[in-house]
Amino acid sequence: MERETKVSMLYDMLLARAFEERAAREYTQGNIAGFLHLYPGEEAVAVGVLHAAEPSDYVVSTYREHVHALVRGIPPDAVMAELFGKRDGCSRGMGGSMHLFDRERRFMGGYAIVGETYPVTLGIAYAVAMRELPEAVICFFGDGAVNQGTFHESLNMAALWKLPILFVCENNHYQIGTEIHRHSAVAEVYKRACGYRIPARRVNGMDVLAVYQATQDALRHIREGTGPQFLEFETYRFRGHSMADPGTYRPKMEVQAYESTEDPVVVAIEETLQHYPTPEQIAAAGPDSIARMTTHMNDGGLLSAQELDRLKARAEEIVERAVEFARRSPEPTMEEARAALECNRGAEVLL
Amino acid sequence: MDEVLYWKALNLALDAEMEADESVFVLGEDVGLYGGSYRVTEGLYAKYGEWRVRDTPISEGSFTGLGVGAALVGMRPVVEIMTINFSLLALDAIVNMAAKVPFMSGGQFPMPLVVRMPGGVAKQLAAQHSQRLEQMYMNVPGLRVAVPSTPQDAWWQLRQAIRSDEPIVLLEHELLYFSKGPLDVEAKAPPMHRAQVRRDGEDLTLVTYSRMVDLSLRAAERLAEEGISVEVVDLRSLRPIDWESCARSIAKTHHLLVVEEDSRFAGAGAEIAAELAERCFFELDAPPRRHGGEELPIPYNGTLESRCIPSVSSIAGAARALLGGKQPGETP
Repeated sequence: MERETKVSMLYDMLLARAFEERAAREYTQGNIAGFLHLYPGEEAVAVGVLHAAEPSDYVVSTYREHVHALVRGIPPDAVMAELFGKRDGCSRGMGGSMHLFDRERRFMGGYAIVGETYPVTLGIAYAVAMRELPEAVICFFGDGAVNQGTFHESLNMAALWKLPILFVCENNHYQIGTEIHRHSAVAEVYKRACGYRIPARRVNGMDVLAVYQATQDALRHIREGTGPQFLEFETYRFRGHSMADPGTYRPKMEVQAYESTEDPVVVAIEETLQHYPTPEQIAAAGPDSIARMTTHMNDGGLLSAQELDRLKARAEEIVERAVEFARRSPEPTMEEARAALECNRGAEVLL
Repeated sequence: MDEVLYWKALNLALDAEMEADESVFVLGEDVGLYGGSYRVTEGLYAKYGEWRVRDTPISEGSFTGLGVGAALVGMRPVVEIMTINFSLLALDAIVNMAAKVPFMSGGQFPMPLVVRMPGGVAKQLAAQHSQRLEQMYMNVPGLRVAVPSTPQDAWWQLRQAIRSDEPIVLLEHELLYFSKGPLDVEAKAPPMHRAQVRRDGEDLTLVTYSRMVDLSLRAAERLAEEGISVEVVDLRSLRPIDWESCARSIAKTHHLLVVEEDSRFAGAGAEIAAELAERCFFELDAPPRRHGGEELPIPYNGTLESRCIPSVSSIAGAARALLGGKQPGETP
């Protein structure tokens, strides 16, 4: 992999972290309202997957999608303005944090009912397959979403008709506050794809290089016309489910271990574990993806400390500007809301 | 003019639109090889192939959602849900997705999605297969709901729905599929949601839709013999509703009776009567009334089933009672 790609991925992770931490601050100050689901901890997944994708591929995401949107290339200004509910937001202030859309960048939306991303993906992929185009559709969902009926319905149809879909499970081990062993009879999510004969792998979602590589491989197969692929990325969110969630259900040790450890050794938590992992297991389970990537680049002589500082400063500056932009953007009007509802009316006469 | 069956009119409409536009495709349970539960897609699989006439697994939630996804990228999917009762499993796709995405994206995406489904009380299909539920879809901004009652309207409204870039629920009726009526394929269509006066009258405006139109016309005929002149307005659409046409009729008759098949409480008729009472209060000589189905799940037993929904004689009775100043439930 080229140095440039690595630097670019590290920068996107830094930007993502800075953006989300700032969003949290703006939320506590009352500039962002509603539900705010943040991504710190999971950056390697969005960044690795979307860097491996082509701009012509479609992306369908969930309500924890700010970073997917940013990595996809939606300007931070437009994302932050949407979080602020302003007119210059990427959804004109009508969607908010959970509903970022950008048609031009094929960012097909953030969907806030768990399990909706599968059928939307299915439909886009059906159109792609019908038109015999080389594009793929990337479908994000969390571990909590795999017990929804649409998961099984959609995987079945995707496999049945060999649709060009990359299913991406962001397994952060928690369905809001319910740990995976308490919500899933089979906690190794990738194994479920076997029931639909979809090739599937479990990958360390804290390692952006591993994510990138696995995604590239999967997309290559998809473009060969062999049908859908399934990747489960094991990851961890450092914050609560949303800003309204203090996250008290998780042992402090567990959260700290994920946040602070820089040990690159990954030990998958035992498959049959029916209780929380021991502190030792957690300590060995995986580090912060940004720390890992920084170490990797330092050790490889790819990035000096000064360069890293410059990247961080640039990310902070971009985020600062985005907040300023969002603040200045005007409130949308009721007329604009009505226009959004009737955006597809055209010259049609109804009555 | 040719007389055709209602299902055939829908079939011709699908064929015409699929012929005209390659982005139109149909999907649903048994729509392909089998030809459709009510024959609506008959012959299309052979003509257009499996990608454009897609037999789906029994997965209403996801194949309706598939329609939403395909519409986002400019396809014109026509989803067939075998009956409205099964559409309860697809509500998320219809209500949370189709009706919301164009709006909550700030107006970025088209949603040329048509979801067709029959509903209503047919012949002893029992409680789980005998609902209308149209009021659920009426209550959703961002959706349009059409209720064709004749083969001509079925032909017009399905074609208009396919050509529209907005999501549309087309509510058909099991007992209308095999009803016959004239079809002029050359005739110019009226606007998709405009109501139509099916019979002129002076004494009472009877507002209704779908299968109840036919029953109401027969009731009006019976009442005419008694010297009562009823104007029958077929709404043709439940969202939006053509209030102007209703109000014009009320200005002439000064009486309003709404007839609906489904149970009356919080049904379509409640909205129709309330809105027209607000608009036409000073035109009305009597309180508007609703005549609808009983507050019961539909029983399997045939005699009880027919007692649960309006009939020609119960509609006539309701009209007499309204004009006679009798209270609902009093013997006319």
